[in-house]
Amino acid sequence: MLKKTRVILSLLLFSLITLYFLDFREFLPKSFSFLAKIQFIPALLAVNILILVSLLVLTLLFGRVYCSSICPMGVYQDVVAWLSKKFIRKKRYTYSKAKNILRWSVLAATIVAFVFGFTFLVGLLDPYGAYGRMITHLLRPAYLAGNNLLEAIFTSFNNYAFYKVSIYSLSLFSSAIALITLGVIGYLAWRNGRTYCNTICPVGTTLGLLSKYSLFKVRFADDKCNMCGLCAMKCKASCIDSKNKKIDHSRCVTCFNCIESCNRNAMKFSFIGLKKKKSVSPIPAYTFLKEDQPANESKRRFLSASLVVGLAAGKLIAQGTSNGLLPKKELKRQIPIAPPGAVSFDHLREKCISCHLCVSKCPSHVIKPAFLEYGLEGIMQPKLYFDRGFCNYDCTVCGDVCPTGALLPLTKEEKNHTQMGQVQFIIENCIVYYDETSCGACSEHCPTQAVHMVPYKGVLTIPETDTSICVGCGGCEYVCPAIPFKAIYVEGLATQNKAEIKKEEVKKTVIDDFGF
Amino acid sequence: MDRRNFLRAVALTGAALTTIKEAEAMSILTQSFETTHAASKYDLIAVMGGEPEVMFRKAIAEMGGMKAFISKGDKVCVKPNIGWDQPVEMAANTNPKLVAEIIKQCFDAGAAEVTVFDHTCDDWRKTYSTSGIEQAAKKAGAKVVPAHQESYYKSVSIPKGKSLKSAKIHQAIVDSDKWINVPVLKNHGGAQLSISMKNYMGIVWDRKFFHANDLQQCIADVCTYAKRPVLNVVDAYRLMKTSGPRGKSPADVVLSKGLFVSQDIIAADTAAANFFNQAREMPLEKVTHISKGQELGVGTMNLKSLNIKRVRI
Repeated sequence: MLKKTRVILSLLLFSLITLYFLDFREFLPKSFSFLAKIQFIPALLAVNILILVSLLVLTLLFGRVYCSSICPMGVYQDVVAWLSKKFIRKKRYTYSKAKNILRWSVLAATIVAFVFGFTFLVGLLDPYGAYGRMITHLLRPAYLAGNNLLEAIFTSFNNYAFYKVSIYSLSLFSSAIALITLGVIGYLAWRNGRTYCNTICPVGTTLGLLSKYSLFKVRFADDKCNMCGLCAMKCKASCIDSKNKKIDHSRCVTCFNCIESCNRNAMKFSFIGLKKKKSVSPIPAYTFLKEDQPANESKRRFLSASLVVGLAAGKLIAQGTSNGLLPKKELKRQIPIAPPGAVSFDHLREKCISCHLCVSKCPSHVIKPAFLEYGLEGIMQPKLYFDRGFCNYDCTVCGDVCPTGALLPLTKEEKNHTQMGQVQFIIENCIVYYDETSCGACSEHCPTQAVHMVPYKGVLTIPETDTSICVGCGGCEYVCPAIPFKAIYVEGLATQNKAEIKKEEVKKTVIDDFGF
Repeated sequence: MDRRNFLRAVALTGAALTTIKEAEAMSILTQSFETTHAASKYDLIAVMGGEPEVMFRKAIAEMGGMKAFISKGDKVCVKPNIGWDQPVEMAANTNPKLVAEIIKQCFDAGAAEVTVFDHTCDDWRKTYSTSGIEQAAKKAGAKVVPAHQESYYKSVSIPKGKSLKSAKIHQAIVDSDKWINVPVLKNHGGAQLSISMKNYMGIVWDRKFFHANDLQQCIADVCTYAKRPVLNVVDAYRLMKTSGPRGKSPADVVLSKGLFVSQDIIAADTAAANFFNQAREMPLEKVTHISKGQELGVGTMNLKSLNIKRVRI
């Protein structure tokens, strides 16, 4: 019964969050963004006290329910492990000792990196963020291809229920990271179940610390157990030492497979008496908990933590220098453009874990993961590009869906006044200037008329810009037909400004004649 | 030139000639088709002072009824301007009430199918819904089809074009029996005015080519495409006098309550431009695509030579 409930709940949340990432037609209601917002690291970064306290209380009551059912990466591993059983007939898990040094070191390294402003490591290891990237970069293209196949079939019968979408690679680096994540975590899950959760995942380690003290736990009923070891064989967390009738509750993800497997009804999920409760240390809420930990660790652990950070950083620098493989483009943009509501590059770097939900959800296809444009710390974080569209003036989707508060939710009014970048006009490249023919495509697309047409030779008009009212949407840059180099583009801003758009008075014009 | 290259050149010239000939033959066919149906004694109907659908009912009645243009079993395409993610009050898109009324009348005249589309500038899903056209058109029974991917377009040749010799045009137009051009009257930063002729840019795929190769000439060129609209219906219920074609605030819009209907696209645009001129000075000489269209023989700017019916409601 317990296991059934767990499986149903897990699969439900897992399918919903996966569909939410994939759903480009907005079939699912906007409120479904809560699926991302209830994730641990996003709630922590967004300082969403309500969700954090709920998750902590949930863990203190029932153990790592988060890891079991809420975390999509956890369920992904369960799915892989379940599949492996179909191929390996006598698959057995065995008890193993906790890899404490490893897991504490990774946690410490993540925290140290985060404190020193290197959010990349948190983003890389956070199970939700990593899962988001897997969906965005690997599953989404397949989903879109499926849509296009259905579109081809339906449209050939003159039915327009489906429409065609473009499929393209967003970022080589992020796709590679997603593929490696999928492969490594999938392999570990195929072999040994929840290895990732109990050795690497910083969330798993943190919640494991709490779940030791949770009120409800899986326990042995001593009188009934004959130490057959079946429970240990079924334990995907390898945390049941059936010989000694001990369970490592810091690693137990409350999947209840053991209870289900026991023939003698010798395992129970029950309330642990109050005497244990004394040992519940007052757990401070959110950040304090994390920041304190490195100080509590031994010197050795701190050193190994620094080593991990160093190794990671070194690897990344190496990635940066081997950039020669990527196609070289003439880059005129000096500063990247952060999505609306990012406030500043510093804010984005600090808060964004690169789950790429904004990338998936942007209806205008203008958000993609950065490579080194924001620097090493901002690798994989979202930036705007205008190869496939431009930022819709009234659209606020990215900020609405962002679970970490890296992109703040904006009202339509706020969005209309948010300056993400500033327009730059290069007259030498302009068609009106060198061909002396009409164009005006840039001004046509400008929502604030920061680019407007002024009289030029004869009946011609030529663009003129006013950066103070530019929002940096990129409409002008996207549409400029000048080749090989565009005559107009948007330069990014490290800190977003307020565009000074003035309200215009409506003057009543009356027309009471045909005019001819 | 060696012999092989010479032969190849000869073959290619031959192939080119045959395609041009074919296209011209086609255009003659369609045009004769149209003229047989034009039963009206008027060349242009101008209406003022009513709601969009009321003005259209008056106008089409004066034109001899929709049956004069749409035959039983026709596959009809109605092409409004749905370019921008703007509500109806901004006059950036054609009025949905007018679009719905035209669709209804097509069905009443016996149309087998009516499709509606536009190659939009803003994200098409947003413009289709924000404009109110998708909902209104679907309610009237039309098929609202996407136009955001190149694969929906078919290559056609534009033999009479000066700058534009061929274009990819949406299959809804190419495969239709008749099509009706339903633009909205507005200012345009590049072309000066966006009316019926400029509305053609929403039936082609590669708009960048237009902007890069003499926009005004390309607009005139595309209007020589063999399959002409059976009607041009200019929505001037609201007109955008400044900041067009997108518009930035209600200050750009005038509630002008006008409507112009003609089979002659040049005449329709000339009339509408004169109407616009009352809201903001816009001499016809500035809107050069209209005169360029006249030069190509698409229609006439000489309104005095036409039989015009003016209706006030």
